[in-house]
Amino acid sequence: MGWVAQRMDSIPSSQIRRVLTQIVSLGVIVTSALIIWKGVTCVTGSESPVVVVLSGSMEPGFKRGDILFLQMNKDPIRAGEIVVFNVDGREIPIVHRVITVHERHGTGEVQILTKGDNNYDDDRVLYARGQLWLEQHHIMGRAVGFLPYLGWVTIIMTEKPIIKYLVIGALGLLIITSKE
Amino acid sequence: MHSFAYRLNTLLTFSLLLLAVLCGAASFLDAFNSPLAASSSHVQASAQVLKVNRFRRQLNGADEVGLTFNVSLDVQPLFTWNTKQVFVFLAAEYETPKNALNQISLWDHIILDKDQAKFQTKVTTKYPLIDQGSNLRGRKVDLILHWHVMPKTGRMIRDKLHLSDFHLPEAYT
Repeated sequence: MGWVAQRMDSIPSSQIRRVLTQIVSLGVIVTSALIIWKGVTCVTGSESPVVVVLSGSMEPGFKRGDILFLQMNKDPIRAGEIVVFNVDGREIPIVHRVITVHERHGTGEVQILTKGDNNYDDDRVLYARGQLWLEQHHIMGRAVGFLPYLGWVTIIMTEKPIIKYLVIGALGLLIITSKE
Repeated sequence: MHSFAYRLNTLLTFSLLLLAVLCGAASFLDAFNSPLAASSSHVQASAQVLKVNRFRRQLNGADEVGLTFNVSLDVQPLFTWNTKQVFVFLAAEYETPKNALNQISLWDHIILDKDQAKFQTKVTTKYPLIDQGSNLRGRKVDLILHWHVMPKTGRMIRDKLHLSDFHLPEAYT
């Protein structure tokens, strides 16, 4: 115990203060990223407001690596809209265009069929076994905006994890060392 | 202070910021244009059903229709410097006792260039008109042209135009 106290005393207080400042600034960066993420979620109403296109099934409109901005609101879904949907038993959401809508009287419940612009057939082969229609709860959001190429950053990072760790390490080092 | 890593960081941050600002500006400028682009009065189109090729009840009891129709359209005013493609499709829309709205895409087309945005053609249904029951005999169906403008970057715009309506035959073929 005495050894630890001795060690602590040997560190100048200004150095402790510097380490504390770095920890705080790191915390600020992490929390502000979180605030932006959650804020955008609140505004758009979609749980994941930004998605990256992974396949070429919507070419030439969307290419692999493009970024889509999603929105989720109470407006009913209509044919022609590009929606992002989840199918039971599939982990990765799909971005395709709505080609058929059936909307019930009264309840406004919808049954939807989708298709990729670049695919020959509709999406029934992609749905769960025996599933003919998508319903409201499958839909994560509708695409409203578009940004090309930037999604490649995340594609590269998920497919080559080493690069991800290198980047994170380099950024961390930069944040820690760049002060003062 | 002005180490290599520091300069690289500044350069990267600045270029990303610039890209974001440019994309934002592109969308913003598009907003001035979109009232014009979205206004259906600038799009000229018409569609007539020429022939009912197939009209039957499937084994599961759903009515199925195959059509041939004439389409002529001019969507040239939709193209701006920020337009990547215009997706047009012709939808059949009708009401049944079960559904308040049935919206079924019959034919679609991707236009990549302004020069190809004006044409007239005879087409058959790319996707059959299949009802969720057997409600199609004698049914009035609206033909509606929808378009979806995809920008090079920014906001996507869509709108529609009612072209014509027709009555399906009273009997299956």
